[in-house]
Amino acid sequence: MTDSRTERSDGSSLDKNDGKHVADPVEALPEVEPTDSSQSTIAPAATRNSTFGRLADMGFFRIVGLVVVLLLIVLVGTITAGDRFFATDNFLTILRSSAVLGVVAVGMTFVITGGGIDLSVGAVAALASVWATTVANQQIAQDTHWSFIVLVAVLVGAGAGLVNGILIAYGKVVAFIATLAMLVAARALAETISDNRNQSARELRGFFDFFGQKPLGIDMVIWLFVVVAIVGWVLLNRTTFGRRTFAVGGNPEAARLAGINVKRHTTLLYVLAGVCAALAALIYIARTTTGSSSHGELLELDAIAAVVIGGTLLAGGRGTITGTVLGVLIFTTLTNVFVLNNRPPSEQDLLKGAVIVAAVLLQQFVASRKRTT
Amino acid sequence: MTTLDKQLGEPEGAPSSAGSDDALLHMRGIVKQFAAVRALDGVDLDVRAGEVHCLLGQNGAGKSTMIKVLSASYQPDEGTVRWDGEEVRFSTPQAAIKAGISTIYQELDLVPGLTVAENIYLGHEVSTAGFSRRGDTNQRTRDLLARLGHSEIPPGRLVGDLSPAGQQVVSMARALSHDTRLLILDEPSAVLDHGEVENLFRVVRSLTAAGVAVIYITHRLDEIREIGDRITVLKDGSTVATGLPARETPTSELIRLMTGRSIKYVFPERTEQSVSAEDVAAAEPVLKVEDLSLAGVFSDVDLQVRPGEIVGLAGLVGSGRTEILETIYGARRASSGSVHVDGKPLRRGSTHAAVKAGVGLAPEERKSQGLLLDQSVYTNITVSSMGRFSKLGFLDRGAEKRRAHEYVESLDVRPKGVEHAVRALSGGNQQKIVLARWLLRDCRVLLLDEPTRGVDVGARSEIYKLVRSLADSGIAVLVVSSEVEEVLGLADRVLVVREGRVVHEAVATELDESRVLDLVMEGTPK
Repeated sequence: MTDSRTERSDGSSLDKNDGKHVADPVEALPEVEPTDSSQSTIAPAATRNSTFGRLADMGFFRIVGLVVVLLLIVLVGTITAGDRFFATDNFLTILRSSAVLGVVAVGMTFVITGGGIDLSVGAVAALASVWATTVANQQIAQDTHWSFIVLVAVLVGAGAGLVNGILIAYGKVVAFIATLAMLVAARALAETISDNRNQSARELRGFFDFFGQKPLGIDMVIWLFVVVAIVGWVLLNRTTFGRRTFAVGGNPEAARLAGINVKRHTTLLYVLAGVCAALAALIYIARTTTGSSSHGELLELDAIAAVVIGGTLLAGGRGTITGTVLGVLIFTTLTNVFVLNNRPPSEQDLLKGAVIVAAVLLQQFVASRKRTT
Repeated sequence: MTTLDKQLGEPEGAPSSAGSDDALLHMRGIVKQFAAVRALDGVDLDVRAGEVHCLLGQNGAGKSTMIKVLSASYQPDEGTVRWDGEEVRFSTPQAAIKAGISTIYQELDLVPGLTVAENIYLGHEVSTAGFSRRGDTNQRTRDLLARLGHSEIPPGRLVGDLSPAGQQVVSMARALSHDTRLLILDEPSAVLDHGEVENLFRVVRSLTAAGVAVIYITHRLDEIREIGDRITVLKDGSTVATGLPARETPTSELIRLMTGRSIKYVFPERTEQSVSAEDVAAAEPVLKVEDLSLAGVFSDVDLQVRPGEIVGLAGLVGSGRTEILETIYGARRASSGSVHVDGKPLRRGSTHAAVKAGVGLAPEERKSQGLLLDQSVYTNITVSSMGRFSKLGFLDRGAEKRRAHEYVESLDVRPKGVEHAVRALSGGNQQKIVLARWLLRDCRVLLLDEPTRGVDVGARSEIYKLVRSLADSGIAVLVVSSEVEEVLGLADRVLVVREGRVVHEAVATELDESRVLDLVMEGTPK
C-alpha cells in the first residue's frame, strides 16, 4: 500500500519469438491463460447463443410477424370479397401495383440502413419519366435501340441521386433538407420539360413489346420488381457494399476510424436510390405509356413507411430487404381489399396510418428489449 | 503516516479534530459498481460549510463517479450520505438541486440556442400563470452576474455566442440561482486562461465567505495551494486520505498518496533483454512524425516509433494526447507537419489513407468510435480488411467467420463464437475485438488510445500481454494513457505531454510514477 513503485512480472508468462517477424500475427500471440475476471465478465446477453437467440438476432420473428399480418389481410380479403379477391388475376394485379413502390422501397432501404433518408424519390421518378419520354419522341430514339431510353432514365435518376449524395456527404447538408430541395426542384423541372402535359411514348415499339411479354404468365414489371428485390437482398447481405452500408448507418464515426470512406459510400447510397427511382419511372411508362410530372406523388412517404414497417431501423444500422418487400405487399394488398369492397380511400389511409404507428411502436419495444437484455 | 493509516483503517473515525458534527456533507463507505467494474469502493468525504474542499486523484480514481453520486446522477449501491445532519438519499438530480447541491460538470450542460437568462432559469422559470416574466428574469440574472463579477454579460445574449469562460460563468450563475449550499466544480480551470482563473477564484472566495461549501476538483496542484482549504485523496475508488490541510501538505506526500497502489497490474517483460533489442534500436522507424501541429491543440510534436517498440504518451485529459493520436491517424486534419509510415508520407486528414498505409487505431471511446455495437463479432473484426474476403464485391462469409474465429480463440475472447453482437461483450473483450481487427489487417503501426479504459483488472494483464506480443511481432505501437503506471509499465519509451507540447522524453525504466506525475501536473522538469 505504501509502495508506490510499479510491480512488474518476471516475464515468465510471455512467449518470445526472438525478434523474428512472424508472418501470421495469430501465431505470434501468447496463449492467454483465462483469468477469473474474464470468466465473470461474460455478459448475460451472450448466453443467448441458442437457435432461438440467433433467429431473434436475424429478425426472424419480425419477418414471421409480417407474414402473419399479410395472411390476415388476405384472410379478410377472401372473406369480404371472396373469389374476386382470391384469384390468380387479382394477385397479379396486386403485384403489378406493388412494382413501383417495391422498386423504390428497395433503394430506400439502402439509404435508411445507411443512416439517411431520401424524400426525392417520387419526384425523381417523375423527372426520369418525363425526360425519357421526351427523348423517346425525338429522332435519336427512332435510330437507336429502345434500351437507350432505359439508359437515359437511369442516368437521370443516378444524376439526381449523385447531387443528393454530394450535398449530403460532402456539403454536410442534412439529408432531410437536401432531398426535400431535390423533391421540389425535380418536380418543377419535370413540369417545365413536359409543360405540365402527359407525354405519350407510343413510338417506343420495342420498349412496349418487351414490357408486354409475360414469361410464365407473369407481367414483366413484376419480374423487374422481383429482380430488383433479389439483387437488393444480395447486395445488402452478401457484398462489401452492403457491409459498409450497415457500418456507416450503425456508427459513422467507427466506420470512418475503421478506414471506410464514409462520404463516398453515403454518396453511392443516394445514387442507388436515384437509380431505383428511375426504374420506377420505367414501370410508370410501361404501365401508362406516358411520362408525367405528376407520377410518383407522395411515393416517398409510402416507400419510407413500407421500409420502416419492414423492420429497417429509421436511425440506421439495421435493414432488411425481405421486410421491405413484405411491407410493400402489406400496403398494396390492403389497398386492393379496400378497392374490391368499394370502400373510400380515406378509410384506407386511416388504417395505413394505424399500421405505421403500430409497426414503429413494436420496433421501439423490440429495440428497448434488446438493449436491456 | 500513522495518522493516515488510522484514517484508512477506521472509516467511522472522525477525520479531523473538528469532528463530523459541523460537517455540511458527510459521506461514508460509498460503493458504486458498474457491471464488472467497481468504480467506487468505500469512499468517505466530509465537507464543511464555507470551505473549499479539493478532491485529488488520478484518472480513474473515481472522482467523477463520486460527484455523480453526490449530485444523484448515479445511485450508490452502498454507503450513507448525511446532508445537514440528516441521512438522505436523493432519488433524482432535481432532488439534490432542491436540497442545495449544485454541480458544474466539465462538459457544460447549457442550451446554446437559449439566452443567458433563459439558461440560468431553465427548469425553474420566473413566471406567473405560465407566462414568463422576462423583465424580472433579466433583472435577477443581472444581479446574479454582478455577484459573480461579470455584469458585462448581457442577459439576452445567446449562450452559444459566449466564450467557454463566459459559459462557465453562466453555469455558476445557474447554480447560484438555486439556493446553493454546496457547489461542485469539476476541473473548472480546464477551459480557462490565467486571468479567468483568477476571477474564478475570486468568485469562489466570495461564495465561501457567504457560507457556501465548495468541492473543487483539479489536477493542478498550484490551484489547490491557492484556493483549497482541505484535501481528500481518492485512489482506485476509495478514500486514501481525507482532511489534509491544502497549503501545508507537501507535494511529495500528495503524489505518494495518489500513486501508491493497492492493485498491482502485471506487465509483460520488455524485449530489452532479448536478442531483438539491438534489432529494435538499429531499425529504421516505421512511424515518423515531424513538427505535427493542430492549431490551438498541440504543436511541434516530433516522435518516432521503430518496429517492435512501444512508445507511450503520458498526459492529462486535455493535454492534447488523444488529439495527437487522432491527427497521426488522419481523423483530424493537421495544420502543419508530416507523418511518414515506412518512409512514405500520409495524406493529411484521411483515415482511409492511413489504414491503407498500415496504420490502425483503437480509439479512446471504444463504444462510440471503435465498434459497430449491434453488428456481430466477425463483421467488427473484418470491417477493415473486407477486400481480403471478397471477390468482385461478394463476401465469403464462411472465410470471414473462420478467420475471425481464429482470433477469438487466440485472444481468448469470451464468450467464444463470432456471430453474436459485440454489445454483449465486456469492455476487455470488446477491446480484444478492436485489436483483432488490426491484427487481421497486418498493420505496421498500431495507435492505442486508453487501451484499458473500462477493462477490469484481470483482463488488463491480458491486454498488456497482447500489446507486447504485437510489438514483438514487429509492429510499432504508440500508446496513450492517463494512467501513468500503465504507460510506464507497458512502454519502452515515454513522452510526457503537457498543454499540447512534449515536455519530456525518456526511456521508461528511467522514470518513475511520481516523476511523471510531477511533469504532467507541474510541467517543470526538476
